Amino acid sequence: MTRRSYDIVIVGSGAGGGTVAQGLSTLCRQGLRIAVLEKGPRLRDHEFNGNELEMAGALYADGGGFLTADGSMTLAFGCAYGGSTVVYTGTSMLPPERVIRRWNVPDLAHDDLECRARKFMAQNNVHLIEDDLINENNKLFVAGCRQLSYDVRQFPVNIKGCRGSSLCNLGCPNQAKQGTDRVQLPNAERNGVEVVTRCEVVSIGERTLTARVAAKGGGAKGDLSSWEPGEYQIEAKIIILSAGAIHTPALLLRSGFAGSLPRLGRGFTCHPAMIMVAEHARPITNFVGHPKSYYVDEFAESQHFVLETCMYFPFVTAKSLAGFGAAHSTFMRAFPRLQMILVLACDKADEYNRVTTGAAGQPVVEYRFQREAIEGLIRGAITSARIFFAAGAVRVHMPVARDTTIDAADVGRLEEIAARAEFVPGRVPVSAAHMQGGCGMGAHAAGSVTDAWGRVHGLPWLFVADASLFPNSLEINPYVTIMALADRVAQRIREDASALL
Amino acid sequence: MPLDPDPALFRAVVTTIVPEAAALDDAGWREFDGVVEALLGARPESLKRQLRFFLRGIQWLPVIRYGRRFTSLSSESRARVLAHLQNDPIQKIRIGFWGLRTIVLAGYYGRPAAARAIGYAASPRGWEALR
Repeated sequence: MTRRSYDIVIVGSGAGGGTVAQGLSTLCRQGLRIAVLEKGPRLRDHEFNGNELEMAGALYADGGGFLTADGSMTLAFGCAYGGSTVVYTGTSMLPPERVIRRWNVPDLAHDDLECRARKFMAQNNVHLIEDDLINENNKLFVAGCRQLSYDVRQFPVNIKGCRGSSLCNLGCPNQAKQGTDRVQLPNAERNGVEVVTRCEVVSIGERTLTARVAAKGGGAKGDLSSWEPGEYQIEAKIIILSAGAIHTPALLLRSGFAGSLPRLGRGFTCHPAMIMVAEHARPITNFVGHPKSYYVDEFAESQHFVLETCMYFPFVTAKSLAGFGAAHSTFMRAFPRLQMILVLACDKADEYNRVTTGAAGQPVVEYRFQREAIEGLIRGAITSARIFFAAGAVRVHMPVARDTTIDAADVGRLEEIAARAEFVPGRVPVSAAHMQGGCGMGAHAAGSVTDAWGRVHGLPWLFVADASLFPNSLEINPYVTIMALADRVAQRIREDASALL
Repeated sequence: MPLDPDPALFRAVVTTIVPEAAALDDAGWREFDGVVEALLGARPESLKRQLRFFLRGIQWLPVIRYGRRFTSLSSESRARVLAHLQNDPIQKIRIGFWGLRTIVLAGYYGRPAAARAIGYAASPRGWEALR
């Protein structure tokens, strides 16, 4: 086993890891050695080619097919230099005040988070896309919402030089999306931080990590790791876990920290989501342009759902339509005429939903759909259908309806359809990409895993800086809030450096 | 054949889930099988065993109701068998079918030719490619 030594090691390079790496990188000027260990590969610009299965295999954990323990939901998260910031759409939302207030974490104020969030929004070029670059898939959503008097809003996005490939979720082929792979990690590297890819941290102990560097497989995308393939034992005075809301709790669990941290892995939420698809009579611009430009969140509190525009690729679309056979194929053949809406349910932290580990130490997500989340998906589906029809769609695919195809003539029957709707796990395709919780912040180890600055209770050398810090659902797209929290972690470590290092 | 030694069984399931797959030529099927193999290659052996077991179940379960194996049924009866699995009261059976269906859809729609056939033409050049 090869041995290495650093002052600070960061596990993971996504919104949390990339941000904390940049925030600590000034310490390199004082001679400190900092490394980021990233499990995934670092791709060259020309390797982002938009091929659906190829890119999913290269950039997502399990090719985008990570399943909950009972197999009823797919969890999609990135595994690459830049983590999930490589594969999101760049939607950049400020943390909602009502949610942060409800979290009720001592020493965590909404004003402070918002101030930090705005700093990163400026750094990552967050802005509203110009109207002439917005496609009809999005414009029809706006038209339908306005006709129904819904409060439709435009997403700020972190893009620069977008050509409208629509391929954001497969990694931008034009390097327009300003994720940590484009901004924070390169900044950190310029300041002297070392980023090691294809390096999976297997376990951690008192100021040590055990890691495994994988060889590049034949035909695989991405650069070789800067370390030789093999096993490593790494000493670090400070360890920061930013492996995401699934892998960070799992790493702590398999490393034996559950005894002192009873809340470890608990409080997992993920915004379970359902893709709604409608067919128009004429072709619309849908697979060109930024896919996610608008949203409606006025139903988040009252009906537990948020609607967002979206546009997916052939396989993901096929998988997201319920059923099979001729009816399924009919929608697929209408691809250039399809409009899509993503329904996200606002799930809440509860006692059941959690991250655990399997016999080999692998992460296992135990998840049951809550009654409110199911209601949110059904109400969101019905509301989406109203929007589709108001925008002129001729047919809507309704995964929760008994007969999944609804014609425009049935618009008056939507409440009846809602009343008879059935959410059957395993039959209704549900996926999620906003994994949160598992190492929630709070005052004491009895009710939380870290303090408000990401420090693990009772372990001054160990920090968490990712979405697992959320004590409950954020109810919006989470990455800017993750960056704001990671910035606090970096600040605390800088302030305490003399004592910790 | 990536999932089952009997290619006729897997293809009968595939063409029931995606009727257009019946028009695939040998090269198309080779491409289909290649996508499925690549998809399953990274998956645990236990999952592949479960899928093979599930597939064999699809072949023999219809004998109880129809007196014939899945591959000997009409396309309408095949669809009824799969619909029954999809709606089965036992969640594990529904999930098993969902997994098999996912692999089939990946094999078919994961091919660039299928994307072209349904009119999907996203390009890294975005708006410029449209003009």
